[in-house]
Amino acid sequence: MKTHLRRTITFAICVLALCANVVSAAKVEKFFDRAGNLIVQEKVEKYKRRADEGETYPVPPPPFSEDIFPCSECHAEMEPNPERRELVDMHDDIILDHAEGQRWCLDCHNLNDRDTLRLVSGEVIPFTESYRLCGQCHGDKFRDWKVGIHGKRTGYWNGEKQYLLCAHCHNPHSPRFKPLKPMPPPVRPENLNRQGALEETGHQ
Amino acid sequence: MCNKTKCDKSAFQKSRRKVLKGIAAGVGALALPASNASASVWEAFFQKHFRELDKTELQQVLARLESEYSKEFGKTVNVKATPPIEGVKYGYGLDLSRCIGCRRCVYACVEENNQSRDPQIHWIKVLQLDKEKGVYLDHAEHYYNPAEVPEQGKFYMPIQCQQCENPPCTKVCPVQATWPENDGIVVVDYNWCIGCRYCMAACPYGARHFNWAKSKLPKDEMNPETHYLGNRPRPTGVVEKCTFCVQRTREQPGRYPACEEVCPVGARKFGNLNDPKSEIRYLIENKRVFIFKEDLNTQPKFYYFYAT
Repeated sequence: MKTHLRRTITFAICVLALCANVVSAAKVEKFFDRAGNLIVQEKVEKYKRRADEGETYPVPPPPFSEDIFPCSECHAEMEPNPERRELVDMHDDIILDHAEGQRWCLDCHNLNDRDTLRLVSGEVIPFTESYRLCGQCHGDKFRDWKVGIHGKRTGYWNGEKQYLLCAHCHNPHSPRFKPLKPMPPPVRPENLNRQGALEETGHQ
Repeated sequence: MCNKTKCDKSAFQKSRRKVLKGIAAGVGALALPASNASASVWEAFFQKHFRELDKTELQQVLARLESEYSKEFGKTVNVKATPPIEGVKYGYGLDLSRCIGCRRCVYACVEENNQSRDPQIHWIKVLQLDKEKGVYLDHAEHYYNPAEVPEQGKFYMPIQCQQCENPPCTKVCPVQATWPENDGIVVVDYNWCIGCRYCMAACPYGARHFNWAKSKLPKDEMNPETHYLGNRPRPTGVVEKCTFCVQRTREQPGRYPACEEVCPVGARKFGNLNDPKSEIRYLIENKRVFIFKEDLNTQPKFYYFYAT
């Protein structure tokens, strides 16, 4: 008798669950085309995962300092030291000017495999996807970068485009864009020799 | 003994002879260049307006120009006349919050578009403006030359042809040597231009430039990939202007204009206004956009914007 009751209850629960399913299915918005035919909405993958994950962008190789990559060439034989400290023997040329009070090397570099970077989520990414690392804080720039507004894209306006990594223009350890020497100013009209010869003084 | 009528007649005959002689001498003088120059001088003289050329005539014109330029610059020069791409309307975006005024675009344009090095012609002019005053042209300076840019408290605004949808320059041309193409680019037929410079007076952006003297264009710096309506070498006494690098952007697939490609800060954006997925459309729809001298109703297709 007891088993019978249990079975009935289980069955009831199953029926209820099914009903709930049907109800929730009915709630899904339906789309029709102009002829009135129902458009079957495929479950789009992008709702399951974050839109930017898994998307890769064509970028040139990361701008490493000469002979520094792969990092494992040296680091493979070294004992990883997760202790926050000032570096003295190596990499002492790197002066962190990027919210240095709140950050140090291993917030971005992966402790266990120096040839990769590490997101806050723990996900390990290659240097070629470093834009995801930068995008963790600079979300607005990342969004603009993806559509080609922030930063420079090369290639074709109606064809293949190549992106630049954030690090191609911004040194990740000191990201402010460095000032440039401007190209020479134009010749003033009074110095523009319309007979053809450029006066020496005209260009300064 | 000479009666009056006879005298008059002989006088008339004398003067008629003179006139005929004069005409003969004149024709002779006109014919002079033909004796040492090729027939191309005459062909150029009698060439039709670019838009009235049929296919074979256009090919003849292009071939003539190619051989002329190849001879002049000592290398193979191509002159294309690629028509606009169907369904494309070009638009340009310039991020005023990014531009640092380094003038890389100015010189990339000069090299790409075969501008005269001397007397100097620049299609792009970069203004330095005070951040406090904003786009206030009375305070604009374009001869700035510090050791490093950007300078404190300044911002920079490059100006070039705005490729107006309602261009005042083309309307004043007395010979219709300049017109907007279907892809929105305002072009000049250098062979039809008479050099009256009305268009320069009409342009509110100072975007048109005059060839005052024979352009000095070093042979090794001459860009041999040219377009009839774009960067081919210009004769003296004609007006020229930015064409959004028509020789690059009308290719399939289309390259970016030279100024866009060289910009070290990525402030320059270019694309098809008819394509809702293009970056130019994105910035118009999502960013703060500023249209230069909008009150003149020139309807530029050049959009200054602020990405931040």
